[in-house]
Amino acid sequence: MICQTILLALRAIRRNVLRSSLTILGIVIGVAAVITMVTLGDGATAQVTADISRLGSNMLQVRPGQGFRGPGGTRSTADMFEVDDAEAISREIFGLEAVAPTASRSQQAIYGNKNWSTSVMGTTNAYLQVRDWGLESGRQFTEGELRSGRTVCILGSTVRDELFGDQDPLGATIRLKKLSCQVIGVLESKGQTGFGHDQDDIVMVPLRTLQRRIAGNTDVDAIYVSAHEGISTNAVKEDIEAVMRERRRTAPGEDDNFHVRDMQEIVSTLTSTTRVLTGLLGAVAAVSLLVGGIGIMNIMLVSVTERTREIGTRLAIGALEREVLMQFLIEAVVLSSFGGLFGIILGLLAAAAGAHVLGMPFVLNPGIVAIAVVFSAAVGVIFGYFPARKAARMDPIDALRHE
Amino acid sequence: MNTESGKHHLIELARIAKTYGMGAYAMHALRGIDLHIDKGEFVAVMGPSGSGKSTCLNILGCLDTPTSGAYLFEGEDVGKLSRDQRALLRRHFLGFVFQGFNLLNRTSALENVELPLIYRSASAHKRHRRGREALEAVGLTGWESHTPSELSGGQQQRVAIARAMVTNPEVLLADEPTGNLDSTCSREIMELLCAFNKERGITIVMVTHDLEMARYAQRTIRFLDGLIDSEEPNGGKRS
Repeated sequence: MICQTILLALRAIRRNVLRSSLTILGIVIGVAAVITMVTLGDGATAQVTADISRLGSNMLQVRPGQGFRGPGGTRSTADMFEVDDAEAISREIFGLEAVAPTASRSQQAIYGNKNWSTSVMGTTNAYLQVRDWGLESGRQFTEGELRSGRTVCILGSTVRDELFGDQDPLGATIRLKKLSCQVIGVLESKGQTGFGHDQDDIVMVPLRTLQRRIAGNTDVDAIYVSAHEGISTNAVKEDIEAVMRERRRTAPGEDDNFHVRDMQEIVSTLTSTTRVLTGLLGAVAAVSLLVGGIGIMNIMLVSVTERTREIGTRLAIGALEREVLMQFLIEAVVLSSFGGLFGIILGLLAAAAGAHVLGMPFVLNPGIVAIAVVFSAAVGVIFGYFPARKAARMDPIDALRHE
Repeated sequence: MNTESGKHHLIELARIAKTYGMGAYAMHALRGIDLHIDKGEFVAVMGPSGSGKSTCLNILGCLDTPTSGAYLFEGEDVGKLSRDQRALLRRHFLGFVFQGFNLLNRTSALENVELPLIYRSASAHKRHRRGREALEAVGLTGWESHTPSELSGGQQQRVAIARAMVTNPEVLLADEPTGNLDSTCSREIMELLCAFNKERGITIVMVTHDLEMARYAQRTIRFLDGLIDSEEPNGGKRS
């Protein structure tokens, strides 16, 4: 009986290809939207995680102010660090690989008639070690250059491209503000972070050069610390907090006026953010799936009205109530399953294309595909049931008389 | 005439009444009719509009249930059957031909004819063979793949007859089968029905307005105001 009912349903669908395809369009779009959104969201999460692990999971950042602790925080009123702070951390804490004090300013970089707004960072060679960042060409700063604050710089690859194009920048002199600076090296390209921040848009100079010649003070904005392999970043974090509280003379019971972030914290913050975004987009897409389901119900209801005489004929020929019910139900389920199938194909193609355009990894989530299949079939059953029941319970005479 | 059924008639109606609505608004479509039809008979049912002839045909076809009275089909009390059992009775013993043909749109003639066989769970091979045979019997060989909109009225009614006959039913119930057709087509359809009646021994009950069509039948029953007005045998045009 099931076989013959499926046959009847397939014949009924084939008889009206246009109406059938319009019916499933809603489901196709709904399923495709859900799959695209969730797949892209998963890709973004994967990329953020990968980016951060590339930053180095053994890296810590020490910044003045209370960091993320509250809206506004106290960052602006907290004292900046000094180079001494970085030296104290490096001297007093066990298990550190490198400690890099940094200070940054936004600045125009000028070479010939080219002009590029970038971020100038004053630091030491230790920063390259902390970030695990190699040089594409040229050399690092020398001890002498660092100590005396010489006007030399290392370019990020974006700045190199913008100012020099294909030319070799080594030995050339660029201007930062009124400061002429000789290019001694070019950094390897690190690409964008998960949020589209270009890490290669940077010019590095010795910390002392930035402090004296550009910023005009002796402040250190942030200290980057990397722990040795196998050393707990949590322990290092506590040690740094103890050292800094002492150095900044924070009274017991008083809140820290600085903040130590380790990468685990950043990872969890960022991935939870992208998860929330994925969930939100998925929810919006799910609404469109629901609307698609209601579309199926509408079409099925119209179809019952339109096919009243047909139902009457079937009943007169000897179709049972449950056979008519099954026929309409199977029609709805087949339609929405087809819709689900096309939706999955379309959604995966769109997600693959989107991931390609956005330069993100394509992460296939079998769970969401399964959910989409189940949901579209369920939509067929639920929204197909009521019109089908209406059709099956019709009085054959009334149905035959229907115009 | 034909009394093969022996002790009882094929169809027996006893004091069948049908009332639509309630109380003061009640409409008495049938006021208690007695009727019996034997196997192999060809009966024409005539009468003015509202005389109850269509209601009677619907009751005979188990599409409608009487308000009171008894309907015996081959000695079986149809009144005791459930909705599904009546559907199965229609499926296995009855065939229908309607004034409006009631073919499925956008569906080929062959698939239309096959429809009752699908409900009988016939195999695809058997369906095609018997469908083609039925279309051949109504003279539509070569029109199998045409849809109703591509066929003339007479051809559509032939498809409908083929659909009714494909299961070899016991009784064929026809509600004004020639009502929408011109006289030439009507005569062809009637010849077809007569042939099925004579060659296959199929009992036919046909409602018609047209005296000329009624003459093809062996017996004419006239309805008036929900009662049987007269019953008369007619030799008519039957050869």
